[in-house]
Amino acid sequence: MNRLEILKKSLINAILGILLTFPITVIKVNTIEKEITWRWYMLALVGSVIFVISYLWIRQQERQKAGITFKFKESKLGIKYHSLMDKPGVTKRVLIFSTILIIALPFITSPYTTSIFTTALIYIILGLGLNIVVGLGGLLNLGYAAFFGVGAYTFAILNQNFGIGFWLALPLGGLASALFGAIVGLPVLRLKGDYLAIVTLGFGEMTRIVTENFGALTNGPSGIANIPKPTLFGHTFGYFGSTRFVYLIAVALVVLIIFIVWRMENSRIGRSWVAMREDDIACEAMGVDLTKAKMTLFIISASIAGIAGVLFAAKTTFINPQSFTVWESIMILCIVVLGGKGSVRGVILGGLILILLPEYLRAFQQYRMLIFGFLLIVMMVFRPGGIIQNVRKIYKIEGDLSNE
Amino acid sequence: MSSKVLEIKNLLMQFGGLKAVNDVSLDIHESQITALIGPNGAGKTTFFNCLTGVYTPTSGDINIIPPGKKLIRANGLKPNKITEIGLARTFQNIRLFQNMTVLENVMIGRHAVTNAGVLGAIFNGKKTKEEEKKIIHDSHEILKVMNLEKFANEFASNLPYGAQRLLEIARALATDPFLLLLDEPAAGMNPQETIELIGTIEKLKHEFNLSILLIEHDMHLVMNLSDMCYVMDYGRLIAKGTPEETANNPTVIKAYLGEDF
Repeated sequence: MNRLEILKKSLINAILGILLTFPITVIKVNTIEKEITWRWYMLALVGSVIFVISYLWIRQQERQKAGITFKFKESKLGIKYHSLMDKPGVTKRVLIFSTILIIALPFITSPYTTSIFTTALIYIILGLGLNIVVGLGGLLNLGYAAFFGVGAYTFAILNQNFGIGFWLALPLGGLASALFGAIVGLPVLRLKGDYLAIVTLGFGEMTRIVTENFGALTNGPSGIANIPKPTLFGHTFGYFGSTRFVYLIAVALVVLIIFIVWRMENSRIGRSWVAMREDDIACEAMGVDLTKAKMTLFIISASIAGIAGVLFAAKTTFINPQSFTVWESIMILCIVVLGGKGSVRGVILGGLILILLPEYLRAFQQYRMLIFGFLLIVMMVFRPGGIIQNVRKIYKIEGDLSNE
Repeated sequence: MSSKVLEIKNLLMQFGGLKAVNDVSLDIHESQITALIGPNGAGKTTFFNCLTGVYTPTSGDINIIPPGKKLIRANGLKPNKITEIGLARTFQNIRLFQNMTVLENVMIGRHAVTNAGVLGAIFNGKKTKEEEKKIIHDSHEILKVMNLEKFANEFASNLPYGAQRLLEIARALATDPFLLLLDEPAAGMNPQETIELIGTIEKLKHEFNLSILLIEHDMHLVMNLSDMCYVMDYGRLIAKGTPEETANNPTVIKAYLGEDF
């Protein structure tokens, strides 16, 4: 199909689309004033949007038929970037520079910016945790926010009743969440694929509803307030100070968790997870205990969410069940899918995009979900592996190994 | 005759009213290649799945006797346990880990014989590092034996078909088996590749001191390789003997070619 034919087909699609949506988009009936407004500009808008989408869509399908897989063209800037990065010492300098920038950020920007970045970092932690289950293990978990919630509530409840501070709560929240993960995991992990997704979705909602109704412990829908901010060896910070401090803790935790994930994914255990994602029957036939592998996966990922939960509670100083709805789970899943399943760098980028963009584009807030949906569809069509795709480690095997 | 490594007595696998494997008894001896042949749908793969723990047989006994060790009754054991005992299998429809490299595919095979855990992975101590080094080294050695080392860092999905079949065998070898179960290793291979495969299987048998159970349709391969041959039809064993004996057995000819021949 040549370009002209695609254009013709897209034009027909646009006209059909206009005709179909004409009554709802163009004619606006005001029943009170008994007026009809004709919004002709909507016609142009609908027509052009359908035209562009359909053109891209058909072209993509033609390319797929012809066996051309979509690739981003390496721009001149991109080539320059790579040749620059390949020079010795440059990567190191970039790394040092970005480290300084990340640490200096709360001291050179407003507390508002710092606070938004802290939120983004918390979501990056969550993304990294979910990435272990979804990206490496290939198990779809739609109730991840529940583990997040368990961590946050552990801190809040322990603090209310026993006065336990942030630093002790951090491991305890992780532990409580891991325990919860184990309890949920036992029955759930017998399932596969879609069934697993639905059951985890159910568990996620159940957890939220329990927190909403178990008033004696969780204070119900009104939530728990006055959660203390983290202290440093008993030293408390003022408002600005503690915003900065929480940000720095978040950075440290992200670094720690990236380190753990990196170590895991190329280890014996991590390999068995990836193999399980690729083919569970063959994986079991290779001597991998699937039940054990799935439980480990689930528990580690749950404990990471628990740690993120404690941090979240400390940051906002107030939590209620509304912070842990299914939308949070889907948001975290979006971060993983958009960024790149299985890829640490992808998840970081995904987290930054999905949390920071909506904050800075408040003007488009009502269209947020619409834009997310559209973005995800475009991603699935053009780049199903995510923005930064996961690469497998290349092992160098030279003669020296056998000589040792 | 050498000692038995696998002993199957009156194995029955029933799916509802269908007896997919019906009263099959079969012995596999050490360092022998045993072939299991039969028309499509005879129950060969079901039999394999019973052996490897994918299905739990309805009744009968599966006894594994690892060389120099005590007998283990393997009914209802999980597939990973069976692999740990020392039975490794390949799959009829290739089941490689497509998005992992060839070397990693073999490295997964070493899972059962190594034991680094979560903490080992995170702290990456000396022991874990040594073990990981050894996994890489051993896996690479296995790739060398199978002539696959040139593909080591390719994705498994990018391999030519014949090489994918070989990689299945390589991956099974990595689990240190004493009995290798091959489910139609020559399926889809061209005659040249089949001849090479016969050489490879012979080589493996000697190099790794393996006993092999083989499901196959390719009579050329069975005739050339096997010491003992069992024939299945409609879930039952209908003949056993040397390959020549079974090929001339009237019941076998009837099952394969029909009444009129």
